[in-house]
Amino acid sequence: MAEFHFKTPLTEADARKVSVGDSVYLDGIVFGVRDANLIRVFDQHVAPPVDWQGAALLHTAPNVRKVGPGKYESICVGTTTSMRVDRFTEALLRDHGVRAILGKGGLSPRSTELMQQYGACYLSVTGGAAAMETLQIEEIEAVFWEDLMPESIFQFRVKDFGPWTVGIDAKGRNLQDEVQLAAKAKMGELLAKMGVT
Amino acid sequence: MEVPPTFYDLVETTCRDLYIQSLKEIPPDVVAAIKRAAERATREVERRIFSHYLKSIALGQEQNMMVCQDTGIPIYWVDIGGKLRLDGSKLDAAIVRGTERATREHPLRSSIVSPITRENRQTSTGERIPIIHYHFVPDSDVLDILFMPKGSGSENMSFMKMLVPADGVNGIKRFVLEQVVGAGAKPCPPTIVGVGIGGSSDLCMTLAKKATTRPLGTLNPDPQLAALETELCEAINQTGIGPQGLGGDTTALGVHIESAWTHITCNPVAVNLQCWRAERRRAKISAEGKVEVGF
Ligand code: SF4
Repeated sequence: MAEFHFKTPLTEADARKVSVGDSVYLDGIVFGVRDANLIRVFDQHVAPPVDWQGAALLHTAPNVRKVGPGKYESICVGTTTSMRVDRFTEALLRDHGVRAILGKGGLSPRSTELMQQYGACYLSVTGGAAAMETLQIEEIEAVFWEDLMPESIFQFRVKDFGPWTVGIDAKGRNLQDEVQLAAKAKMGELLAKMGVT
Repeated sequence: MEVPPTFYDLVETTCRDLYIQSLKEIPPDVVAAIKRAAERATREVERRIFSHYLKSIALGQEQNMMVCQDTGIPIYWVDIGGKLRLDGSKLDAAIVRGTERATREHPLRSSIVSPITRENRQTSTGERIPIIHYHFVPDSDVLDILFMPKGSGSENMSFMKMLVPADGVNGIKRFVLEQVVGAGAKPCPPTIVGVGIGGSSDLCMTLAKKATTRPLGTLNPDPQLAALETELCEAINQTGIGPQGLGGDTTALGVHIESAWTHITCNPVAVNLQCWRAERRRAKISAEGKVEVGF
């Protein structure tokens, strides 16, 4: 399995280069997004306050401390379940040019197809290991939509952010899905071992 | 034994400290289980994930950092010694104040909102939150508070079913295995699989949640249930789901069952998953105001 170091903004070639299981480190800008702010963008049709062309988006809702007007320090930045915002993948890739989605738990088969079509990847950030993640965030450069706190849009500057595991590549593979399907296929055998038929 | 008037202030600051510290120090039984699983891991991705878990555990311990960002739903299990004479309503209010102070003073992200308006008071409290379970312990003069900041990734993986008696224990085995496989990566595996068996629907789910608070390495005192715990744990660990659902040999750190008797027509089963960080923290407060902290 290969290791990649990318700078943001990402190119389509970057996103198409990686394969499931590889590890990726990012340098540059990562935007924190999640339920409430994506609902505002896509369901309430409010244009995002930032340009997401080539962007890496992280599913998060950090613990922060306000240190000045619009200025925040991170206390703990971690990753949240991606599936809750799965339905926004298409618009993010097609209309906004997002190249990497970072989160935990994976995305749907539909999102996998879209990543292949548009050239994007899903990086599985290690859920629960927020302490490690937090130290890789150099600064919260900006916070948009403070009224949604903690579900604001965050602009993080990161350094050696990773190593995160490629969960979905642009070749149509989805590691978490494959693992779950294999487990489902094995269930009959495991039940039989426990005497359940 | 009558508690002094300062007792409630002590409960308040103790609950504040429980909330904050529970997010930073992973219980020793959980750390040991993660270490064992990391040593067993053979695949590259699996080893990578466990190394991230161990790094974050160490940062929590050594640099007093929050291990995971989710401040969770605050849940307290309060065992009141039968010999204590105290005002229950003041006790209740003190626990709520402690929760709010943790949120404000640390500060912690408030994860609690109205289910309809989604309003967040930024206090980690709201209607019926924190959740407080009271029990009474005969012959004790101690107030025993067990706190858990229940993470939502695993809490969202909660399932219950009113099986019928004809489904038997086999129905229970099937249900548990199906839910763990269905949850896949979402609850941040390897998890502690809490299973409630019996009772009414509401009690059954409470038992499943309570089961996740039991330290790893302990078995249900009933030998039949203990055997069921072991059997289910082995089966779950052969599913190959692994840490973060990316594949591996450890999917559950343990399966814990708690049970209650039920109605002749009922066979309820509930599953409540607890993520790998499995945070919990305990304080025992004596009537004289001595506080002993543990897990
Ligand atoms: S499921 Fe648990 S460990 Fe994972 S991010 Fe949520 S609270 Fe943290």
